[in-house]
Amino acid sequence: MSMGAELAGHVEGVRFTVNGQQVEAISDPATRLTAVLREEFALKGTKVGCDAGDCGACTVLIDGAPVCACMTAVAQVEGRSVTTVEGLADNGTMSRLQRSFLDHGAAQCGICTPGMLMAATALLDSVPEPDELQVQDALGGVLCRCTGYRRIIDAVMDAGTRIESRGKGVGAAIPRLDGVPKVMGTDRFGDDVAAADTLLVRVIRSPFHRAGFTLGDLKGFVAETPGLVAAITAEDIPGRNLFGVIPPFADQPVFATGGETRFKGEAVAALVGDREVLLDLDLAAVPVSWSERDPSMTTETAKTTAPMHDSRSGNVLVEGFVARGDIDGALAGAAHVVSDHFATAFVEHAYIEPEAGTAFIRDDGRIEIQACTQAPHMDREAVAAIMGVAEDQIVITPTAVGGGFGSKIDVSIQPILALATRITGKPCRICYTRPESMRSTTKRHPARMQVSIGADAEGKLTGLRFDGDFDTGAYASWGPTVANRVPVHASGPYSTPAYRARAVALHTNGPVSGAFRGFGVPQAAIAQETLFDRLADACGIDRLEFRLRNTLRDGQPTVTGQSFRTGVGIHACLSALQEPWAQARAAAAQWNGDNPDSPVRRGVGLGTCWYGCGNTSLPNPSTIKAGLMADGRVRLHQGAVDIGQGSNTVITQIFAEALGVPTSAVDLFIGNSDVTPDAGKTSASRQTFVSGKAAMLAGLALREALLRQGNVSDAAEISLDHGKVVLRDGGAERQVDPAVMAADADGFVLRVAETYDPPTAALDGNGQGEPYALYGYGAQMVELEVDRELGTVKLRHITAAHDVGRAINPQLVQGQIEGGIAQGIGMALMEDYQPGRTENLHDYLIPTIGDVPEIESIIIEVPDAEGPYGAKGLGEHVLIPTAPAILNAIRDATGAVVTTTPATPDRILTAIRAAQA
Amino acid sequence: MPQMRLTRPKELTETLDLLATRQWHVLAGGTDLYPAHVERPFRHPLLDISGISGLRGIEPADTGWRIGATTTWTEIVRADLPPAFDALKAAAREVGSIQIQNAATVAGNLCNASPAADGVPPLLILDTTVELASAARGTRQVPLCDFIQGNRQTDLKPDEMMVALHVPSESATGRSSFVKLGSRRYLVISIAMVAARLADGEAAVAVGSCSVVARRMAGLEQALAGRDPAEPWEKCVSPEHFADLTPIDDVRASAGYRRDAARTCTIRALEEIAS
Ligand SMILES: Cc1cc2nc3c(=O)[nH]c(=O)nc-3n(C[C@H](O)[C@H](O)[C@H](O)COP(=O)(O)OP(=O)(O)OC[C@H]3O[C@@H](n4cnc5c(N)ncnc54)[C@H](O)[C@@H]3O)c2cc1C
Ligand code: FES
Ligand code: FES
Repeated sequence: MSMGAELAGHVEGVRFTVNGQQVEAISDPATRLTAVLREEFALKGTKVGCDAGDCGACTVLIDGAPVCACMTAVAQVEGRSVTTVEGLADNGTMSRLQRSFLDHGAAQCGICTPGMLMAATALLDSVPEPDELQVQDALGGVLCRCTGYRRIIDAVMDAGTRIESRGKGVGAAIPRLDGVPKVMGTDRFGDDVAAADTLLVRVIRSPFHRAGFTLGDLKGFVAETPGLVAAITAEDIPGRNLFGVIPPFADQPVFATGGETRFKGEAVAALVGDREVLLDLDLAAVPVSWSERDPSMTTETAKTTAPMHDSRSGNVLVEGFVARGDIDGALAGAAHVVSDHFATAFVEHAYIEPEAGTAFIRDDGRIEIQACTQAPHMDREAVAAIMGVAEDQIVITPTAVGGGFGSKIDVSIQPILALATRITGKPCRICYTRPESMRSTTKRHPARMQVSIGADAEGKLTGLRFDGDFDTGAYASWGPTVANRVPVHASGPYSTPAYRARAVALHTNGPVSGAFRGFGVPQAAIAQETLFDRLADACGIDRLEFRLRNTLRDGQPTVTGQSFRTGVGIHACLSALQEPWAQARAAAAQWNGDNPDSPVRRGVGLGTCWYGCGNTSLPNPSTIKAGLMADGRVRLHQGAVDIGQGSNTVITQIFAEALGVPTSAVDLFIGNSDVTPDAGKTSASRQTFVSGKAAMLAGLALREALLRQGNVSDAAEISLDHGKVVLRDGGAERQVDPAVMAADADGFVLRVAETYDPPTAALDGNGQGEPYALYGYGAQMVELEVDRELGTVKLRHITAAHDVGRAINPQLVQGQIEGGIAQGIGMALMEDYQPGRTENLHDYLIPTIGDVPEIESIIIEVPDAEGPYGAKGLGEHVLIPTAPAILNAIRDATGAVVTTTPATPDRILTAIRAAQA
Repeated sequence: MPQMRLTRPKELTETLDLLATRQWHVLAGGTDLYPAHVERPFRHPLLDISGISGLRGIEPADTGWRIGATTTWTEIVRADLPPAFDALKAAAREVGSIQIQNAATVAGNLCNASPAADGVPPLLILDTTVELASAARGTRQVPLCDFIQGNRQTDLKPDEMMVALHVPSESATGRSSFVKLGSRRYLVISIAMVAARLADGEAAVAVGSCSVVARRMAGLEQALAGRDPAEPWEKCVSPEHFADLTPIDDVRASAGYRRDAARTCTIRALEEIAS
C-alpha cells in the first residue's frame, strides 16, 4: 500500500463487484480499470488497444452501462458492479450472443470481440430486438479492423436464433474452429500470456524524423532509479544489430547506431524494470540527448539527398520493371489515351492489438518468445542472428494474433524481448502503446504514380505505361517486394499488348513501409482502374463493357508473358456484376432525376483486381506435419499462423477432406517453432493455396498410410471410433489399433509431413517469366452518394464478386471480403498516416461500424489446376478493387476526379468545383 | 513507493479545500485526462470529482436551468428539456460513442477547452454562464464565451473548479439544431460544427472547430433577425459572415474548406429548425 494512503489513514482498497463477485483492489486508485482487471485480477478478457477511448476493446459494463475501462480510474467503481466478458457465459456455456457471434463469423482475430460483446449486451438488455441503426449506434464505439462489421451486425440482430450446421468438409461454411475462446474472451493474445510480476520493457525512441543522438549514462540512470533493472543499448547485442525480412536487404538495426536515427520512432535503447515503476516513468527524463536534423520526407527529395544507406545511390532500394511490346508506338497510335498523376498516403495497419509478448529462459537454457506474429520461423531466424546463437537456441511460440495484415511479419518486439530476458536472466514482457505501435512498425507505401493508357477505336487496350515512386521509408522491410510486385500487377487483369511499368522503392526519413495487404498493388489499381473509367468514357463505351472487352482469358499472356490454361476468373467476376451494374446505374439515374435540387448526387463505380498468390518468382514452401496419435486421434500441426483470416479452419477442412474424415476428428495443434514445421509466413494470400496444398498432400499421405495399415483399397472409408481407426471397404471392416503401435517423440504412431512449393520461374530483365503459380481475381461495385456542398460521401451498397477457385469455407470467404472492403474504404476515404501528427486512433481514422454499408458477396468458383481442390488465395485481393470503385463512383455521381487519396471531404469538394468550372 | 495518486472526496467544500492545498488534475469522466496520459505519467495527483453528490444532474431554477458540472452526456440526452436544448442533445449524441457519453461530463468538455469541443456551440447559443468555485473566493459566474480563452486555455484559477452551468430562462426559448461534420460516422472529431437557435425572430448561431475558440456569429445573427421570411437561407447566410473565422489547415481539412463548410452547415442547421 502506498505511503500516501497510510498517511491519510485509510488503508483499505477499492471494493466493487466483478461479474457478481465482491473484490477489493489494492492497486493505486488512479490505476486504469483495465490494468486492475487484467493484472490484479488476471481477467485478461478485457482488451487494451489504445488506452485512449478510441478503440472500445476495453468496454465493460459498469452498473449495466458500457464504458471504456481504460479511462476509468479504479477508484471510480467503488461500490459499483462491473461486468466483463468473462461474466457473459453461464458456467462455461456461451450466452446466446456469444453463440451468435461464433455462428455468424463475427469474430475473426477476436481482439475486438470482448468489447463488441459488452456493448451489444448492454444494447440487448434495453432493446431485445434492435434494428440495424440501433446496433450501429450501440457499437459505434468499438473498432474492428478484421470483419468489416457486417457479420457483427447480423450476429447482434439475430442473437436469438441459432444457425444450424452447414455441411462438412471442403465447401462447408462451418464456424471457425478456433472461435470458441475468441467469443469467450479466453483466447490468449500477445499481452495476455505474461505471468504476474514479469519485468516490463519500455523502449526509448527518437522524437524526430531524423536526429543526431548521444546516449547519456543509462546504466547510472538505472542504478539511481529504484525498480529499474537494466538498460539495453546496441552495445549489448551479442550478434549482429541488424534485421530485415529479406536477408540480402537486411538494414534495420534493433537500436540505432552511428549517432543518428533515421525515422521518428526509431529505437535507441530500452529499459527493463518493475512494471509499475516503468509505467510511471517519464521517458523524456531518460538521459539521451537529441539534435534534430533536416529530414528527407518525400520520394522527390529522396532522389537528391545523400544516400541513407551507403550502397543505395539516389536512395533507390529496388527498381522493379516489366516491359512487353512497343509502348511508345502503342500509345502514339491509340485512338484514345488517358493519363494522370496519382498520389496515395501512408496507411497504418491499425490492428487493434498492439505488438506484445513475453520472453523467458527455458529450463533447457534456451530463450522462448511468446508473442503475436505472422511468421514464427522468420522471427526465429532474425532473433537468432541478433542474439548470435544458432536458430535452434530460440523458441518462438505464437500467441493468438489480434490482427496483422502484413505488419506482424517483420520482427518488432521479439529481439528486444530476447535481449532483455538474456541480460536480466528473468522473464520480461512488453506491450507497445498505441502511438508507439503506430510510430515504429511498418506502413503501406505512399505512391506517386504517373500512368497513361491507350485504347483503339473499338475500345481494345493498346498499351499501358506506369511509373511509380514508392516511399519505402528509412529501411528496406518489404520495399523490394512492393517494387517487384507492382509492375507485374499494374495492368490489372487485362490483356495489354504493349506495357511498360517501373516501380521504384525510395528511402526517406518516413516510417518504414512494409507489407500491407496487397504489397503496393492497391495503390497501382487506383491509377489503372480510375483511368479505365475515363478511357471507357473517351471510347464511348459502357465502363463495365469496356472492361469485359479487355479481360484476360485462359491462354492469353499476362504482361509478364505467362499464360494460364485454366483458372482466369476475371471475366466471370465482371459478368456476375452485369445485372447489378445495370440496375444500380438505372436506380442512381432515376434518383438523381427525381431529386434535381438535392445537394446529394448518387453514383455507381467499378473496380477490379488480380493478385498473384505466393512470393514473386521465389521459393515459397510450406510444410504440414500430421499423424495418428496413440489415443486414436488425428493431430494436425498447423504452422500457418491464423491472424484472424481463418487458416486454422481452412487448413483443417482441407486436411480432413483429403484424409476422408470430418473436421471434428482432427485436433489442431499450433505448437511452436521447435515442433511445428514451417508453413511460411501468413502473407501474400498464400496460406489457403500453399499451406492448404501441403495440408491436402499431408491428408492424402496419411490416408494412404492408414489404408496400407489395414490393407484395404483406396475406396475405403476411414472413421475414428473410441481410440481405434476403423476402415470399411465394401463389406469388409478392418481395425487399426494405435494403442499397440510405437509412438515417436511427437506422440505419433503414424506420421506424415508434406511440403508444397508453388512452381514459378524467374523474371528476366524485362520482367518476363512466371512470377506466380496462380492468380485470384475480383470485381466490386460501389453505390454511394456524394454531398456536393460538403464533399462528404455516404456509401450505400457494395457488391463484390470474387473468384476464389473453390470456397473452402464460404463463411470465411465472406468474412475476408467484408474485412478487405472495410480496409479499402478506409484507404479511399479517410486513412492518412502522418508521422508526428496522426499517431493515434483519434487522429488516424479507420472505418467505424457506421461507415461500412451492406455488402453482397458473390463467390465465383473458377477452379485452378494448381490450388488445393481448385482453391486460390483471397486475403489481399479483396481490398484492391474497393478504393478505385469508390473513386469511380464519386466521379460518376459528380464528375469530380480525385487523384489523391484519401479522398477527404475537402479534396472531393475541390474536385467537384474543378469539375463544375 | 509512489504517492497515492487519487483522492475522491464526497463533498464540495472538502474538494475546494483540497484544491487550495496543492496542484491537482481534476478528474471527472476521464475521457480527456486519461488519453492525454497514454505515454506519460500524471504529474499531479488526481482529484476525482465524480463522486461528489450534488454536482450531477439538471434542475430547473428560478432564473433558468442549472446543469451540474459532472452531468454526463448520456444524462443530457435523457433529460426532459425544452426544444431550445435540442442542439445540446444532438451534440451529446455525437460526442464520441455511447461509452464516451456514459462517462464524459459537460464541464469536462468545457474545461478541456478543445477548439473541437462539441458542447461549446450549443451552449453558446443558450447564452450559458459557468459557475466557478474556490475555497478562498467562493463562487463566481462567467459567461461561457469569456471562460474559454484559447486552445486548452480557460479562465479557471489553479484553486478553482467548475461546479455548474446556467442557462438563463430568456435563452431557453425557441428551437435549436446542431450540425456536425466529420470524416466518419462515429468517434470523430469535428471538422466543423454549427449550433443554431431561432426564437421569436431572434437568432443565435455559433460555429466550432473553425477558430481557436468556438464563437457566436454576431453579424450573421443580426442579418437573420432582420430577414424576410420569404428569403431563402442561403441568400441571407452570406460568405462574408464567415470571413472573420480563423480556421486552420490540418489533417482533417484545409482552412478554406472549413470556412466554406461552416456556411453550408449553418444553412442546414437553420433549415432543420425551420422544417
Ligand atoms: C474516443 C473519444 C472521442 C471523443 N469524441 C468527442 C467528440 O466527438 N466531441 C467532443 O467534444 N469531445 C470528444 N471527446 C472528448 C471528451 O470526451 C469530452 O471533452 C468530454 O466531455 C470530457 O469530459 P470528461 O468528464 O471526461 O473530462 P475529464 O477528462 O475528466 O477532464 C477534462 C479536463 O477538464 C478538467 N475538468 C473536468 N471537470 C472539471 C471541473 N468541474 N472543474 C474544473 N476542471 C475540470 C480536467 O482536469 C481535465 O483537464 C472524445 C474523447 C474520446 C476519448
Ligand atoms: S483500450 Fe480503451 S478504448 Fe482502446
Ligand atoms: S475481429 Fe475485430 S479486430 Fe479482429
